[in-house]
Amino acid sequence: MNKVLAGFVLVALIISSMAIIGLADAFKVAFVTPSTINDSAWSQSMYDALVTIQNEMGKDNFQFVYSENMYVISDAAAAIRDYASQGYNLVIAHGSQYGGSLVDIAPDFPNTAFAWGSTANTFSDQGITNIFSYQPYSEQGGYVNGVLAAKLSETGMMGVIGPIETGDAKRYTEGFQAGVMATDPDAKVSVTWTGSYSDVSLSAETARTMIKAGADVLTGTSQMVIGAIGVAKKEGAIWFGYDVDQAPLAPEIVVSSVVVDWTVALRPMIAAIQSGTMGGKVYDLTLANGGLKIAVNAEGLVGKTIQAIINGDIVVGE
Amino acid sequence: MNQRKLLDLLPRLTPILAVLISLLVGAVMLALLGTNPWEAYRALFIGAFGSTNALADTIVKATPLLFVGLGICIAFRGGVLNIGGEGQLVTGAIAATAIALSVPNWPGWLIILVALLAGTLAGAIWGGIAGLLKAHFNVNEILSTIMLNYIAVFGMNYLLRGPMMDPLQIKLGSFTPQTARLPRAADLPRLIPTRLHLGAVIAVILAVAVYILLWRTTIGFRIRTVGKSLRAALAAGVRTKRYMALSLVLAGAFAGLGGAVEVLGLHHRMFTDGSAFGFTGSAGFNGIVAALFGQLHPIGTIPASFLLGALLTGANKMQRMMQIPSALIGALNGLIVLLVVGSEFLRRHRIKHTQSAESERAETSAEEEEA
Amino acid sequence: MSWSIIIGILSSGIRLATPYLYAAVGETIGQLSGVVNLGVDGVMLMGAYVAFFVALRTGSLSLGLIAAAGMGGVFGLIMAFISVTLKAEQGISGIGLYLFGLGLSTFLFGITIRNVQTIDGFPDLAIPGLSRIPVIGEIFFQHNILVYVAFALIPIAWFLLNKTPFGLKVRAVGQNPEAADSLGVNVARVRYLTVTLGGMLSGVAGASLSIALLNTFQQNLTNGMGFIAVALVYFGGWRPVLVFAGALLFSTVNALQIWLQVAGINVPSDVALMLPYIVTILVLAAMAKRRVNAPAALNKRFERGES
Repeated sequence: MNKVLAGFVLVALIISSMAIIGLADAFKVAFVTPSTINDSAWSQSMYDALVTIQNEMGKDNFQFVYSENMYVISDAAAAIRDYASQGYNLVIAHGSQYGGSLVDIAPDFPNTAFAWGSTANTFSDQGITNIFSYQPYSEQGGYVNGVLAAKLSETGMMGVIGPIETGDAKRYTEGFQAGVMATDPDAKVSVTWTGSYSDVSLSAETARTMIKAGADVLTGTSQMVIGAIGVAKKEGAIWFGYDVDQAPLAPEIVVSSVVVDWTVALRPMIAAIQSGTMGGKVYDLTLANGGLKIAVNAEGLVGKTIQAIINGDIVVGE
Repeated sequence: MNQRKLLDLLPRLTPILAVLISLLVGAVMLALLGTNPWEAYRALFIGAFGSTNALADTIVKATPLLFVGLGICIAFRGGVLNIGGEGQLVTGAIAATAIALSVPNWPGWLIILVALLAGTLAGAIWGGIAGLLKAHFNVNEILSTIMLNYIAVFGMNYLLRGPMMDPLQIKLGSFTPQTARLPRAADLPRLIPTRLHLGAVIAVILAVAVYILLWRTTIGFRIRTVGKSLRAALAAGVRTKRYMALSLVLAGAFAGLGGAVEVLGLHHRMFTDGSAFGFTGSAGFNGIVAALFGQLHPIGTIPASFLLGALLTGANKMQRMMQIPSALIGALNGLIVLLVVGSEFLRRHRIKHTQSAESERAETSAEEEEA
Repeated sequence: MSWSIIIGILSSGIRLATPYLYAAVGETIGQLSGVVNLGVDGVMLMGAYVAFFVALRTGSLSLGLIAAAGMGGVFGLIMAFISVTLKAEQGISGIGLYLFGLGLSTFLFGITIRNVQTIDGFPDLAIPGLSRIPVIGEIFFQHNILVYVAFALIPIAWFLLNKTPFGLKVRAVGQNPEAADSLGVNVARVRYLTVTLGGMLSGVAGASLSIALLNTFQQNLTNGMGFIAVALVYFGGWRPVLVFAGALLFSTVNALQIWLQVAGINVPSDVALMLPYIVTILVLAAMAKRRVNAPAALNKRFERGES
C-alpha cells in the first residue's frame, strides 16, 4: 500500500514538475526602435545587446522580435500595443519620443512590462507600475573623451557635431566640453547642430569647416556622423566615437569610442520581471556599473602605445 | 448586354489589378527572402482589417491623409501643385498645441474649438505664403512649398527644444524635445474604446463640404476654371492669380486642420524627432497620393485614403509578424503607386471609348450655365 | 571675416552644390520636354547605393560611377514608360518613383552590405597651374573630379539645349507637342530620351555623394536633396545657367550657416539652418520681374490626334 502511495506521489511529482518546466516558457521580448537595426548607432547598440542576452540565456529561454524604422510615433504606438496584447513579457520602446504613447498603453496590460529611454521617468508618479526606464550618463563618457581630446589636440581647438540640441546628444556634448575645459582651460570647443539625425552631407561639410577653422580633434553623435568620420579620415583629424565602437569605420583616426552596453540595464530588468516586479525602476548606465564603456581602438594612438609597451618598443620607468 | 456591362466594369477594376500585380512582385521578393508570401499578406490583411483595433488604427492612419487629400483636391483642381502638406501639417499642429496649452482652464469644447481654428488658420497662412509668393512675386509654388516644409520643421525644432519644451523634461534632465501633455479636457472624444477619435468624422463631413464648394459655388467654379485653362479663365474675367493663391490657402487650411486634429485626437502633445515624419508619418505626401487615387474628387478621396491607410497599417503588422525589413514594404508602396497611376491609362481609354460623348457635353453646358 | 574664411565658405558651397547640379540639370532637360519628375530623390538614392556597392565589391570607382548612371537611366526609363507611354499623372508617378527608390535602396543595402562602411572615394585633384592662383585656385580648383564635371555640365547643357537640333526638338516638344508632332518630331521618343538622360544624371548625383563627397552609404543618404534639386529647376526658370546660380546660392548660404555655427556666433542652430531656404525664396521673390518661359506642355499628357 505504502509503495503504491509512494509510486503515486512520485508520478504526481514528476507530472507537476514537468508542468512547471512547461510553464516556464521562454522570456519573450519585443523591441520597437526608430531607426534600422544596422544603423551603427542607437538602434544597433540595443539590438546587439539583445543578441548578447539571447546567447547567454539560450534561444529556448529568451526570444525577441523587433520593429525597426518606427520613426512615426503613431505607428510605434500601434506596434507597442499589438506586442503587449500578444503577451510579450517585456516591450522595449527604444526612444524618448515614445513616452507619451506608453502612458496610454501600459495601464491596459498589467501583465506586460514596458521599458523606455533615455529618461529617468517611469511614470510611477501617475500610479503606473509596469514601466521601467533607462538612461545612459552620456556626459560621463563625453567627459573622458573630452579629457583625451584636450591632451591630444595640438591646435587647442575641437569640434562637436550633433543632430539637435536635446537628449543624449546634449548630455554627451556638455560632458565633452567639461572634460576639455578641465584639462585645458584655454582650449576652444566648437559645437554645431545639423538639425537632423540623418543629414550625412551636412555633417561632412561641418567637419570640413571645423578642420579649416583649425580643429584637429572631432567627435559627434547620431548616425549622420558617418559623413564627418569620412572627412576626418581624409584630412587626418582625430575622431572620438559614441554609441558603438566606431574604430572599424576609420581605424587610423579613431582613438576611443564611448559604447553603451545595454545588457547592464537589461539583465537586472529581466530578473526583476521574472521575480514579479513589473516596473518603477530606473536603470542608469554609467562608467561605474559598466553600462558605459570606453572602447579603445587597438590600432589607434592609445592602443598602439599599449601594444608598444607590451612589445618592449617603449620602455617606461627604468 | 451582360457582356457589355462586364466590359464597362473591367477598366474600372484596373487599379485593383495593378495592386494585385504589385503584390505579386512583392510575393516574389518575399519568397526570395525566404518568407512565405501567403502568410505575409495574411498578416497585412489582419493588420489592416483583422480586428476592431486594427480597423480603428486603419481609420486613424487614413484621417490625416484625407485632410491633406481634400486640400490637394482643391489645389490640383485650381491648377497648383501643393507639395507643402508636411509643413502645413506641422504649423497647424504647433499652433493648436500652443493655444491649447495656454488656456488649460477653459472648458474642453472651447479649447478644442479654438485649437482647431488656430491650426486651420496657421496652415492657411503657411499655404498662403506660397500663394502670395506665386501671385505677386512670380515664385513657383513647387519651389516655395518644398522650401517652406524645411522652414516649418526647423521652426518646430526650435520651439520644441526651446520655448515650448515640457518643463518636466527640463526638471528630469532628459531634454526630450516635446511639449507638456495638453489638458485632458481638450482630447477629441473617442468613438469606440480604441484610438479612433472624432477627427475621422470631421474629415468625412468636410469632404462633402469640399464637394459642395468645388461644384456648387461660384468660387469653386472659378477655381476649377483657372485649373482647367488659364487662358479661358482670363478671357472669362476671372482674376486667376487671386484664385491660385486662394487654392493654396485652402489647401494649407485643410492640412493645418489635419495637423491640429492629429494633436488633439491622437498625440495630445507635440514632439519632434528632428524631421517632420515622426509626427506626420509622411501624410503630406501620402495625402497627394490618396487624392489622386480618388480622382481628385473629395468623395473619391475618402475610400482612397482608407485603402492607403489600410495598406500602411497592414504593412507594419506584416513587419512585426514576419520580421521582414521595413524597407521592402516601403519599396512595395512605391511600386503600388507607380502601377496604379500607370493603370489609369487603360481605364481612361476604355471609358473614353465606351462613354458617350454626350454626357461630357452635358457637363460642360451645365458648367456654362453655372457661370 | 578674414579672406581664408570667405575662401572656405565659397569652396564649401561649391562642394555642397555638386549633387544638386547633376540632378537639377537632368531635371531641367526633362521638364523642358514637358515631363516633371518629382522622383529625383529616389533615383539619386539608387545611384548612390549602386555606385557604393559596385565600388566596394570591385574596388573600381569608375565602374561604380557607370553603374550609377546605368541605374539612374533604368529609373528614368521607368518614369518615361509610366508618364509618356501610359500617360499617367506625372506628379504622382514621381512620388511613386521616390518611394520605390527610397525603399529599394534601403532594402538592397540591408541585404547586400548590411553595416555602414566607408570607402576611399575619388581623391581631390588640384589642377596644375590653376590651383596655384591665389583665392580663385583655392575656391575652384582643388576638388574631386566629379565636382569639375558638374561644372562642365552647365555649358554642355546650355549648348545642347540652345545650339543643337536635339535641343530645338526638346523645346518644341515641351512648348507645343502637337505642332512638333505635325512637323514630324517623334514626341514620345524625345521625351524618353530626356527623361532617361535626366535619370542618368540623377544617378550620377547620387554617386557624387556615395563615392566622391561622403564615401559611404546609409539609408536615405540624400536626405531630401532630390526635392531641393527639383525646386532649383524652378529657381532657374529652366535655364541651366540660372539653375547653376540657384544651386550655388543655396549651397553657399548653407556653407555660411555652417560657418556661423562653427565660429560660435550666437544664433540658435535651427534659425541658422533655415537660412538657405529663406534666402533662396527671397532672392527669387526679389527677381519677380524676370521673364520666365515655362514649357507650356509641362505636366500635361500628350495624345496624338487630340487637339
